[in-house]
Amino acid sequence: MSDTATLSPASLGNAPYDVERVRQDFPILTRLVHERKGRPGKPLVYLDNGASAQKPRQVIDAMSHLLEHDYANVHRGVHFLSQRATDLYEGTRDKVAAFLNAPSRENIVFTRNATEAFNLLAQSWGRRFLKAGDAVLISWMEHHANIVPWQLLRDQIGIEIKVVPVLDDGSLDMSAYAALLTDNVKLVSITHASNVLGTVNPAKRIAQLAHAKGIPVAFDGSQAAVHMPVDVQAIDADFYVFTGHKLYGPTGIGVLYGKMEHLNAMPPWQGGGDMISTVSFAHTTYREAPYRFEAGTPAIVEGIGLGAAIDYVTALGMDAIHAHEQRLLAYATGRLSEIEGVRIIGTAPDKAAIISFTMDGIHPHDIGTLLDSRGVAVRVGRHCAEPLMDRFGVGATARASFAAYNTEAEVDALVDAVLATKSFFG
Amino acid sequence: MFDELRDLYQEVILDHGKNPRNFGKPETYNRTARGDNPMCGDKINVYLTVDGNGIIQDLRFDGRGCAISQASASLMTEILRGKPAAEAEALFEYFHDVCTKDDDEQGVHENLDEDATDKLAVLSGVREFPMRVKCATLAWHTMKAALHGDPVTSTENSAF
Repeated sequence: MSDTATLSPASLGNAPYDVERVRQDFPILTRLVHERKGRPGKPLVYLDNGASAQKPRQVIDAMSHLLEHDYANVHRGVHFLSQRATDLYEGTRDKVAAFLNAPSRENIVFTRNATEAFNLLAQSWGRRFLKAGDAVLISWMEHHANIVPWQLLRDQIGIEIKVVPVLDDGSLDMSAYAALLTDNVKLVSITHASNVLGTVNPAKRIAQLAHAKGIPVAFDGSQAAVHMPVDVQAIDADFYVFTGHKLYGPTGIGVLYGKMEHLNAMPPWQGGGDMISTVSFAHTTYREAPYRFEAGTPAIVEGIGLGAAIDYVTALGMDAIHAHEQRLLAYATGRLSEIEGVRIIGTAPDKAAIISFTMDGIHPHDIGTLLDSRGVAVRVGRHCAEPLMDRFGVGATARASFAAYNTEAEVDALVDAVLATKSFFG
Repeated sequence: MFDELRDLYQEVILDHGKNPRNFGKPETYNRTARGDNPMCGDKINVYLTVDGNGIIQDLRFDGRGCAISQASASLMTEILRGKPAAEAEALFEYFHDVCTKDDDEQGVHENLDEDATDKLAVLSGVREFPMRVKCATLAWHTMKAALHGDPVTSTENSAF
């Protein structure tokens, strides 16, 4: 695509993972925070990647290059720029398909974010295929994005919501899961990796067990897709959801992957331009999937930015990113565990690089403020997973979530700040 | 260490945060409300005993929250005990200004108990931390809701 977007990311080829070179791709990482008169700022230690990741130069440049050189509306112009923008935008669909190892580009529906993808699923698939008394099986570790859309549907048509419990270490209770796959369950919708616990759920096994009963499975990949390679065919997902902004891409663009047999059977959920074949006042026909789910002018700039983000992580290698983050996870888990009074919530054997923790006698909100004063950005609160907080008997947690550009020195900065917080309130 | 946070976490706040006064549900009360801060998960209950003359005879709270919200609730219970309900609301208006506005931008607050306003001034540090203002005001909003007979209030209400 654009000249600038073809810049190579830091560790192309077989070279060892060079995190310092990766960092150079992210302009924001050089800034200082909390600069005030007469006082120097502090280096940013960005450990809030689970909420949203920072953007590499390649993504920023792809978007600004588009706006300066190639921008027009897509799918409708005969003119040069419209064709150009359409090719770039639709190019992202190919990139997403390859990223997930989807069978074809038509499996890829663009949405505004992961939340919208679940709402699409509930309102289109759910309204067509579910009826009163049918159940959707979710888990205790879901983000609100995979809870509330089903509750809306429940209130609309009377479905039931069943919940798979979570074990004390943060693993999904697989024997309870198998037992909950009863006759009235018509969809399993479970996260691939927990945004709070870090737990990576056994997606392939989850799908196998459900498919044995003829039940389709949707996965929330918002966290998993950024931390590890995902192959939707290998896990045999019926649907798979992720969002662009956690994958080093822009906000405003997300993805719903669906098997064609499902997408082709699903009705539109929003109406308007771009999703129709013919329109008359008496009768309108809709385009084929995935386009029938994409009403109106899409997020063109953001979609093309997502394509650049996928190019970026693909060049780094999702395997390499995963291995790097796993080293950070092990190091941070070890160091934080040594601190008396720190409790890590979520210690499952298979985890993405996310650590939620609490500190005896210190509220997470206070932890967040003290860490922030040292430049360490973490998320504090309930992480849009209120039932899970109740499950572990905590009102809130602090959460450090790691990305491709984080370093062991940043783990040290986190640990130092946690120790200082402990003595401040001690 | 954390010098820049000393305005926010003054010793009085750390003390009240760690050892909140008037904490726990009383056996008797005649007004109560629950306050929620969905952003951080804090929940607080305020229990009031208001007599026939509108005087707050007793005031206690329970619930969980950060050092700022616990300290603010604790200070509030000390300050408002024995005060008329109308003065409690006037003090809240003053306190809200203290938490959100610079000294020269605050409204006119007359005839307030100086001991009370001095005590509340220790929380003025939240001004520099807009994300923490709701921590400081949660207990006061809840107290006001209880006085008005609203059972539940939330920091995400538009009027908060």
